[in-house]
Amino acid sequence: MRYLPLCTVILALCAQVHSQPEPAPIPESRPELRPEPKLESRAESVAGVEAFDTPNDAGGSITVTWPKHPEASASTMYTVFLADAPSGPFLLVATVGADGSLKSDNPGMFGHDADNSHTHFAHIEIFPAVGEDEGTPLIDGKAYYVKVGLSPADDSVIPSSDGFGVPSGNAIEAVPGGNFFNWAKLNNFILGTFICLVILGYISVARRKELYIRRIAGLEAIDEALGRATEMGKPVLFVHGLKGMESIPTIAAVNILSRVARRTARLGTDLRVVNNEPIVMAVSQEVVKEAYLEEGRPDAYNPDSVFMAAPDQFSYAAAVAGMMVRDRPAAHIMMGYFYAESLLLAETGSTTGAIQIAGTDAYTQLPFFVTTCDYTLMGEELYAASAYLSREPRLLGSLKGQDVGKLVLIFGILVGTLMATFQMPFLTHLFTSY
Amino acid sequence: MLFLTRTLPLVIAFSCGVLAIAIYYVPHSAAQGMEEKLTLWLRIVAAFAYFLGLYSLLNLHWNRIRQHQAGWGYSVVAAVGFGLMFFFAVINDGDGPFAPQAKQGAYQWMFDNVQVACASTMFSLLAFFISSAAYRTFRARSPEATILLVAAVVVMLGRVPIGAYISDLIPEAMLWLLSVPNLAAKRGILLGVSLGAIGTALRIIFGIERSYLGGGEE
Repeated sequence: MRYLPLCTVILALCAQVHSQPEPAPIPESRPELRPEPKLESRAESVAGVEAFDTPNDAGGSITVTWPKHPEASASTMYTVFLADAPSGPFLLVATVGADGSLKSDNPGMFGHDADNSHTHFAHIEIFPAVGEDEGTPLIDGKAYYVKVGLSPADDSVIPSSDGFGVPSGNAIEAVPGGNFFNWAKLNNFILGTFICLVILGYISVARRKELYIRRIAGLEAIDEALGRATEMGKPVLFVHGLKGMESIPTIAAVNILSRVARRTARLGTDLRVVNNEPIVMAVSQEVVKEAYLEEGRPDAYNPDSVFMAAPDQFSYAAAVAGMMVRDRPAAHIMMGYFYAESLLLAETGSTTGAIQIAGTDAYTQLPFFVTTCDYTLMGEELYAASAYLSREPRLLGSLKGQDVGKLVLIFGILVGTLMATFQMPFLTHLFTSY
Repeated sequence: MLFLTRTLPLVIAFSCGVLAIAIYYVPHSAAQGMEEKLTLWLRIVAAFAYFLGLYSLLNLHWNRIRQHQAGWGYSVVAAVGFGLMFFFAVINDGDGPFAPQAKQGAYQWMFDNVQVACASTMFSLLAFFISSAAYRTFRARSPEATILLVAAVVVMLGRVPIGAYISDLIPEAMLWLLSVPNLAAKRGILLGVSLGAIGTALRIIFGIERSYLGGGEE
């Protein structure tokens, strides 16, 4: 009987060892006592784990980072476990290969530090439900606990979603939440703000001082085209591109339409505006009507002259091409964002002998317009058109501001090219968008 | 009245513009939810605007038919086509107008065999239009046109097996032309377009450009 307590202790120790196949983690302060790692026989806790709210996101996500394990081989695997209480249960939420998901793969979040290629990361957005296929999204403001283990390659410890194979050691706490500024877009914000300030500055300067704006032949030709249409007694056909009112090229096209409508109202020329989008049509009707009113010719405005030709791309092309051939307008003004229909319209128009002026920022369609039209507004000229036609000082000031912005970018490109040539990627990283 | 026609649209344009810019930089779910709501509103407005578009389209063709304008027969085809498609959409393969759109039936048949076929025909016309446009462009009447002609010939030959058969340099020259001078020009245009878009957006947000409201600058 006197050996009974000793036997009990031995049995208890045996039971303890049997129920915990992993050895207790060795404190990092005593590395000399650390046994030889046996990655092929057990799951091991990974040191240096950090868990935090994922930066620059809408919320519902935490990010875990940990350094590469020095003994990790190509076949080993990191396992990330998550719990909603410090004591668990911990459930498997992510597995990362020995060479997978390095911080250097995501410079938008982690930057370009040299150490990033030695640190892994994982984003966690779902809290797994035990016994179910789908989990629940992480809740903002709630604390979650993370453990990262290094799994062996021989399946002796298979990590599973029911918590088997969870490494020992303390869990790291992280609380997900939404962010109010995307710091990855800071470079974009600074550059955008700078360009905006330059443009607004030049608008202010333009109020006091006359600015020189280079001649844009395509816009000078609009007056010529409208004059020709008036002399011939034929209509002017204004063709909108395919994009809706929410796109900038369409807004620019509507601005140009306003200037054109004022001139046709003044000259008494028939203006027809074809649309393929009902909102653009409604806005165009209003714009043309207002232009005729302002020119003192409300009687000359015909609401049926601004109409919807077709909502579909090629139906639109067929309808407009038919009008060009049948009605023989003296001038075709095509403004906005065009796709494959650009050549169908412009080539048909060129066979009718009309003066053709096109403007688009779709660089894939520019060659077609350049080939078939008399004048083409390329890219930014489309946006400059309204200001150029109005000659209003503040609008012209904004064009000057754009030019200065362009100069800054050209300088940045030149310096960046030089620096990249000499293996200094600083400027390239600075201008990278995320 | 001036408040409704001028001031209020400018206030709305300014508010929506600033809001849209802010949403781009704010990843918070509240901001993203607002963006979704704005997009939803846009779709709702667009849905109602389609009635206006439909009225405009039918009115245009009705006037043409009534006045026997040139090509009024095409307007009859357009009106009959609309009527048939509307009828078959309402019938919905026997399921009625309130059931989800059927995947088969007369409406789908008309779409596949008339609409798609006509659109494909229009698209295929591009091949002939490109040929005639290329003929006009590639006439070497100036040094620039000659450079264009030579570049185009190299790119065209580099794209087909006979180019590599003539010389291995042709596909390489083609790749260089596309990835160096062509890409540089594209990026130049894109930079200008981006700055132009920023300028236009600022002019509208701050109420400097008002021609989209119709008429005057001030």
